[in-house]
Amino acid sequence: MYKIVKKKSLNPTVTLMEVDAPLIAKKAEPGQFIILRVDENGERIPLTVAGYDRTAGTVRIIFQIVGATTEKLNHLNEGDYIQDFVGPLGVPTHTDGLKKVCVVGGGVGCAIALPVAQKLHEIGCEVHSIIGFRNKDLVILEDEFKACSDKFFMMTDDGSYGEKGVVTAPLEKLIKDGENYDMVITIGPLIMMKFVVKTTKPYNIPTTVSMNPIMIDGTGMCGGCRLTVDGQTKFACVDGPDFDGFKVDFDEAMKRGAMYKPFERHAYEETCNLFKKEVE
Amino acid sequence: MPNMSPKKAPMPTQDPNVRNKNFLEVATGYTEEVAIEEAQRCLNCKNKPCVNACPVHIAIPDFIKEVANGNFAAAYDVISQSSSLPAVCGRVCPQETQCESKCVRGIKTEPVGIGRLERFVADWHNAQENATVNKPQSNGHKVAIIGSGPAGLTCAGDLAKKGYDVTVFEALHLAGGVLVYGIPEFRLPKSIVQKEVDTLKQLGVKVETNMVIGRVISIDELMDEYGFESVFIGSGAGLPRFMNIPGENLCGVYSANEFLTRTNLMKAYKDDSTTPIMHAKKVAVVGGGNVAMDAARCAMRLGAEEVYIVYRRSEEELPARKEEVEHAKEEGIIFKLLNNPVEILGNEDEFVTGMKCIKMELGEPDASGRRRPVEIPGSEFVLDVDAVVIAIGTSPNPLIKSTTKGLETQKWGGIIADENGLTSREGVFAGGDAVTGAATVILAMGAGKTAAAAIDEYIQNK
Repeated sequence: MYKIVKKKSLNPTVTLMEVDAPLIAKKAEPGQFIILRVDENGERIPLTVAGYDRTAGTVRIIFQIVGATTEKLNHLNEGDYIQDFVGPLGVPTHTDGLKKVCVVGGGVGCAIALPVAQKLHEIGCEVHSIIGFRNKDLVILEDEFKACSDKFFMMTDDGSYGEKGVVTAPLEKLIKDGENYDMVITIGPLIMMKFVVKTTKPYNIPTTVSMNPIMIDGTGMCGGCRLTVDGQTKFACVDGPDFDGFKVDFDEAMKRGAMYKPFERHAYEETCNLFKKEVE
Repeated sequence: MPNMSPKKAPMPTQDPNVRNKNFLEVATGYTEEVAIEEAQRCLNCKNKPCVNACPVHIAIPDFIKEVANGNFAAAYDVISQSSSLPAVCGRVCPQETQCESKCVRGIKTEPVGIGRLERFVADWHNAQENATVNKPQSNGHKVAIIGSGPAGLTCAGDLAKKGYDVTVFEALHLAGGVLVYGIPEFRLPKSIVQKEVDTLKQLGVKVETNMVIGRVISIDELMDEYGFESVFIGSGAGLPRFMNIPGENLCGVYSANEFLTRTNLMKAYKDDSTTPIMHAKKVAVVGGGNVAMDAARCAMRLGAEEVYIVYRRSEEELPARKEEVEHAKEEGIIFKLLNNPVEILGNEDEFVTGMKCIKMELGEPDASGRRRPVEIPGSEFVLDVDAVVIAIGTSPNPLIKSTTKGLETQKWGGIIADENGLTSREGVFAGGDAVTGAATVILAMGAGKTAAAAIDEYIQNK
């Protein structure tokens, strides 16, 4: 059992938790993920590590309430325990030798883009950050991004905060203005990452994407997380979750991600009923 | 006077048309009377060929003699000297190619039902309320076991009995490895695995779940920082193999590992499980091994109307145990033999709508000695299915190899170990599927047992 030592609501649908898991905290690196099970009958879900404190022995997760499991997780409070918490899994984001990087985050993906930006900043890399949200109410981690970025851009779909528009607009402008990035690292919804790749490809800027497919064991046993990269089947849990964005088949990944939609919707509604909450 | 009946006492089973709709155990087990009667078929012959044909060398005639005399507790003691998991082995061992294949009674008639008797003895023991085990005196030496499948549990049990301080590290949230995620409830009830694990805990074995060795702690750290004098790697089978045909990533195509893990470990067949699984109406399972049979029979129990086994060779070459094939047939699984998938077809949402296959015929024998299947040109047809399960094997997990310096592996990824399980690293032993590639529970147990003896010798001579 793993104790929740801190819980904070970042916006109405996104929650931050710090979980007591000293062994994982000791080893975790940006880009890696954990798998958790809320309770005895719970499903296993992957969440990318949003931070860690090696001295305090805690791992930070930030999740959006999208279904039954995250709804149940959000009902736990400081002092409560998570049944299972395993990691760090996957290959850390490659940061060695990078001198200038643009980090592009979208929505709750910003939570996992942040430790990558922080790590790059720490190793002396010039960091430009572009983060995007649907609207002002959903904005998270703005100050944290500002603190580790040499240039910072805030975008909202409806213009209620920062600039109005999508994250690829400032990205394209920066590239056109002659920023020579060693790499663009993007983490967010599949559709956003697909368009980031579309933006960088004509300029041939290496682009890393972080894939978050459906998983069960997360250790390279079930193959549920497979995706097509450069025409070959890869497993996000052991080969990823980071991949070369130019080579990922996003359309297939989106279809696979929707495989259990009706089931998930039903489970979410049941859980909401349980907690007497309005279904979003 | 031995019982000279030419046939084994039949194993009572649930009716096929009842059991193919539930996950309860198929075979219900011998009663005491039937067990005694079957045990009396053993001639207690001088050469005991069955013992050598058992990978863990159980003193088979000795335990059977105790059963024949009604001394079930004594029978259990005999078995447990050699096997840490008798209730498991009695159910899933391929006795027909091991102990029973060498039984003298089997030359002219059916061999003694050794597996059924082993199962009876273990179940009898587990049903006794005061069945406890004495914790041996500690010898103060620490050994780490990676993986809690049959190899790891056996190795842990043998070492614990010798007084070692054993810790088993399991990556999943539950101990048992393939015994809990792979083999279905109806063939091996999970309560039995739990009981075996509990017995090991009574012996003093510590089980640490949620520990992915290689990521959270490396093998070097286990030895240098955590004080383990020796490590046994029993991490099991790894990444599922696919056929590399078009359509394999469509929604509704599962690896057998995923399909079985969702069903067994995550209990997707239960209404209160939060893990989803497709309840497909027509399912094709590709492959002919025990895992394929398990997947097909699970699909049937999840409510499929038609379940096919699609296998490229003929019935004779099916690698699955005969009993599993028979059970599958009784339950209504349709065998599409000498058929090979060439493409999985999907709709615009990329859900499976069918599987294109080609008919095969058997040609000349190949390297494996089996006749090689050859395509019959122009014989393609489409099998109408809405889910496909690929059960064509696995390749070893790269995690331990990539995080352990100096650990040599085969080209295909299997850990290289000598006949005692010793790897290229001092003090590091390995066994089971991680070494051999996909094999059976009992072979993994045999490897765990051999390694335990070698680890004991290594530590005592250090």
